[in-house]
Amino acid sequence: MSRPRALVLQAPGTNRDHDAVFALELAGADAHIASLLDLADDDTPLLDAQLLVVAGGFSHADALGAGRMFALSLEHRFGDRVRAFVAAGKPVIGICNGFQTLVRAGLLPGALGHNASGGFQCEWVTLEPQQSVCVWTQGIGSIDCPIAHGEGRYVHPDVAALEAAGQVALRYRRNPNGSTSDIAGVCDPTGIVLGLMPHPENHVIARQHPHHVRGAAGGLGLQLFQRGVERAGAV
Amino acid sequence: MREVDRLTVRTLEPDPRSAALLDSARLLGFDDLAAIDVADVYFVAGALDDRARGQLTDVLVDPLLQLGSWGDPTADGVASDEGTVIEAALLPGVTDSVAATVIEVAGTLGLPVAEAATGRRYVVRTATGRALTEAERERLATRLLSNAVIERVALGTIEPAFAHASTPAPIEHVEVRGLDDAALAALNRERGMALDPAELRVIADWFEQAGRAPTDVELETLAQTWSEHCAHKTFRARVVLPDGSERPSLLARLRDATDRIDAPFVRSAFVGNAGIVSFWPGTTIAVKAETHNHPSAIEPFGGANTGVGGVIRDVMGAAHHPIATTDVLCFGPSDLAHELLPPGVIHPQLVREGVVAGVADYGNKIGLPTVAGAVLYDPGYTANPLVFCGCIGVGPDVAPPTGPYPGDLVVVLGGRTGRDGLRGATFSSATMDATTGDVAGASVQIGDPITEKLLIDLLRDAGGCWSAITDCGAGGLSSAIGEMAEQTGADVDLALAPLKYPGLSPWEIWLSEAQERMVIAVPPASLDELARHARRHGVELTVLGTFTGDGVLRVRHGEVLVLELATDFLHDGRPQRSMPAELPSPRRNGAVPACPDPSAALLALLAHPNIASKEAIIRRYDHEIRGTTVVRPLVGAGNDAPADGVVLAEPSGKVGIAIGHGVNPWYGVADPERMAHAVVDEALRNVVAVGADPAQVAIMDNFSWGDPRRPSTFGELVVTVDAICESSIAHGAPFVSGKDSLNNEYLGSDGERHSVPPTLVITAVAHVPDADLVVTPDLKAAGDELVLIGATSAEFGGSHLGAVLGGFDDPRDGTVPGPDARAPERYRRLHQAILTGRIRACHDLSEGGLAVALAEMAIGGRLGVDVHSLPTDDEVVSLFSESTGRFAVELAPGDHEWLAGALGEPVLVLGTVTAEPVVRIGSCSVSLDAAMAAFGAEGATWQPADATGGAR
Repeated sequence: MSRPRALVLQAPGTNRDHDAVFALELAGADAHIASLLDLADDDTPLLDAQLLVVAGGFSHADALGAGRMFALSLEHRFGDRVRAFVAAGKPVIGICNGFQTLVRAGLLPGALGHNASGGFQCEWVTLEPQQSVCVWTQGIGSIDCPIAHGEGRYVHPDVAALEAAGQVALRYRRNPNGSTSDIAGVCDPTGIVLGLMPHPENHVIARQHPHHVRGAAGGLGLQLFQRGVERAGAV
Repeated sequence: MREVDRLTVRTLEPDPRSAALLDSARLLGFDDLAAIDVADVYFVAGALDDRARGQLTDVLVDPLLQLGSWGDPTADGVASDEGTVIEAALLPGVTDSVAATVIEVAGTLGLPVAEAATGRRYVVRTATGRALTEAERERLATRLLSNAVIERVALGTIEPAFAHASTPAPIEHVEVRGLDDAALAALNRERGMALDPAELRVIADWFEQAGRAPTDVELETLAQTWSEHCAHKTFRARVVLPDGSERPSLLARLRDATDRIDAPFVRSAFVGNAGIVSFWPGTTIAVKAETHNHPSAIEPFGGANTGVGGVIRDVMGAAHHPIATTDVLCFGPSDLAHELLPPGVIHPQLVREGVVAGVADYGNKIGLPTVAGAVLYDPGYTANPLVFCGCIGVGPDVAPPTGPYPGDLVVVLGGRTGRDGLRGATFSSATMDATTGDVAGASVQIGDPITEKLLIDLLRDAGGCWSAITDCGAGGLSSAIGEMAEQTGADVDLALAPLKYPGLSPWEIWLSEAQERMVIAVPPASLDELARHARRHGVELTVLGTFTGDGVLRVRHGEVLVLELATDFLHDGRPQRSMPAELPSPRRNGAVPACPDPSAALLALLAHPNIASKEAIIRRYDHEIRGTTVVRPLVGAGNDAPADGVVLAEPSGKVGIAIGHGVNPWYGVADPERMAHAVVDEALRNVVAVGADPAQVAIMDNFSWGDPRRPSTFGELVVTVDAICESSIAHGAPFVSGKDSLNNEYLGSDGERHSVPPTLVITAVAHVPDADLVVTPDLKAAGDELVLIGATSAEFGGSHLGAVLGGFDDPRDGTVPGPDARAPERYRRLHQAILTGRIRACHDLSEGGLAVALAEMAIGGRLGVDVHSLPTDDEVVSLFSESTGRFAVELAPGDHEWLAGALGEPVLVLGTVTAEPVVRIGSCSVSLDAAMAAFGAEGATWQPADATGGAR
């Protein structure tokens, strides 16, 4: 079976693109990075891709708010093609700054405000998958992975409605940033597009776990990418 | 005049900056403030109609989080503006990347915005509703809410200022011919050149011979190239001992040590931008550490920010791809009473806030893990904080670029040139005084990590397009092009340099320390390919001229020749200094502090700022990015106990790199020679403890000292260098790179000189043969045995027990821990033992000795210890002495005999790991809860998703 083609989108300041590529390759995808500048020259990689990742980082240095500029250029230049990608049922994931970008581009609900602590936080968290329509989290177990963000407090005016629509995909076991209802990741109404603040791409092998030296095993973030890649291969 | 619009943006929920500002205001003596509300302000110049304003609002304001109002900020009626209004905005010309983004957005949206600026609005309210006095407003505005080095401030609403073109000053000819020493000294002072009398004389003679007066560009270039910062005059000086005999320079001594070790893994030492080693086939590793002390003293955020950016560029300038950064920070006490703050000095807590934010901002945004480090507090750092930034990079093991060659193009990549950072090299080579912040404004740069990130990506993809590379650091283009052209000469035109704003004089363009620029030498045939890569990565590329081959550096500004100097004069014309040294004579009398209550002493040690948890700082750095961090700075059941070193390993590979630090200024005050041995040993212990191979360690030396023209200070440097060379040879760990930052002194308005404590940072970078076999200090299982490795004696000079007990009556009492001749052999054998996987936990013994080490291990494991055998008859010595060469390890029950055999020396079985949460060591007994509270461990144990718990 051929490996599904995954495209990792990058803007100036994106910095977890290579981490995402490593995770996708391990999960069975054929992954490549493209910047919006590359795609402006030639959008074939976007048209050919079966899975899209908007990777983490500090696109445009978070000037004017995290993800704002990335979302503007994405929407401005490729809005139609990204919407067609989603409409075709091809999985999309936005991680950290990618989540912020997809929210600001209107592909995901809610908003991401400054952490309750007021500052950037880097620590490991445990994510619990929720009953949801999200294609990325179906049947996966809990995930241990780090957060590394300053603007990750999820805000939504009507969590009950979001929950009822099956769009709450991941919750924190212990809320690190003041997110409403412990929400770590949400999906669009179709379940094709997932956004999450934590970094499952930084826990794809056992040695990356902080308690590896203490005998911890499992909780790999790789599960999430495997589910996405399976889905991409099936579309 | 243009029409200027103003948008004020507030958060809907309380802005977290407000709480932080209130805390800081208390430090400045403001006890009755109820609130300091913060809002962001955008100024846009252009004819905007309501629709255009609406479009901008959609971009600048998130309706779920923020509220924006155009025009007069008091008119919106949303936030009560009853209170004192203070607004701040960047000075024109200071890098404002947010404003640049606003202009970019407006362009995307097709809005007529010609210029933009940003600012902040503060509304300060007192609990009683009383109005602030004028003096209070002034103090808040200048000491807390703005920094005059980069910002303007207004009581009430501020008017925006945009950087406008000024008329460049024409070049100036400065007569030096025929001047006597006094006149040259006056010129030196007037132009802030920080040169020695002998150097001034050589310059005057050279121009006498040339038959002309130097231009201002030439004088500035010589002052920069010959500055202490760039030329390392002290470390290159002949050492004159008290008996009149002379010996080679300190740098020669360090080089000699590395030559004598002749380690096969060293590829490049003490040349170029960074040291280069190779621990495994196919890969080379570049390492570098730098200081950015003076800039961080006057503008902590920008100083630390650009310190990180600068050291990353050093690694790029060694043609390596950066993979991690480190930081060692030294601050004054956070709780210093504001009355004790010297004039012109920023409060240590605000310095720390700014420095940590600056380090975090650059490292997090550029996408490198900020991993190893240390934070030290001492009153000696109040006026002169120290910021040591390090970077590690990797590259394929190929021949390094060997150019430039005559005919290659001089190409500058990256950021544009502005007035930022003028005369930084000469500024950092001078003593600071109370007015330094006012006059040195132009010496501070603001970083732009995204531009540097793009440079990293470009250089990774465009390898092979250039024949030489270096970064623009201190001295800007002058330093970068001047050094590259040393063997060839060059001819460049400054009028071609892309500027942030027009109107710079030639010397300003040449000397500007604007950040995020690299200079490369490009064979003409490679230019097109390089330009394609640059365009793809959005990096600006400019050809400034060519490397010539005639040994002359020529700099033009359009038609005007502004500099013409022989490169051999520029680089080799400086007379070597001879510097007198008075060697220190420490007492070393073995005194032991009286310690009536060991339990209380242990808790006091755990709570001491130098030992207590640094979690609040560490968590603000992304230490996870790249997925390579295997041993983190915080470890254990609650991820909140200190690690010794950190380990990085590519997830696709087996091997890793360990990084460890050694630093101890308190030893330095008491006995610089022993301090030097101790910190090399500490750096080695830290990497060996996590699983690194002591036979494959490279070390870096970074000195921050006072004024070396004082013979006693220079003498401290001499014995320190001698000792680190001895230790380096004893451990077989060669120096590959180093840097000295001298003149870390502050001339207070009291007329007293304040020097930093002698501060030597040793960074060890080591090979980890198997990243799956790393070891951490946290205890793993109750019932295991605890073993002490190494010898303990009464060594309390500069100790932390001394510090918490108030010290000896005579500060020269006690003995600073000396070197242990058995240590190198011990570390090699311990490493072999670690590779068997039978060492369950390992922790080096340092500040606070055995008791602190065991308490930290217990905190890490959320377990107790029961220790009944002590290494000496004196309990205070056993618990708290800081003798070097020691580790505490955890073993499966009965394994101590195996370990003693493996080490080839006796070990001491201290006792056992207990489930009972008590740290019991001889008569010292504290509960785990009390130890954690004192240390500042958070308390919550993290239960991972699939915890199998306990031992492997």
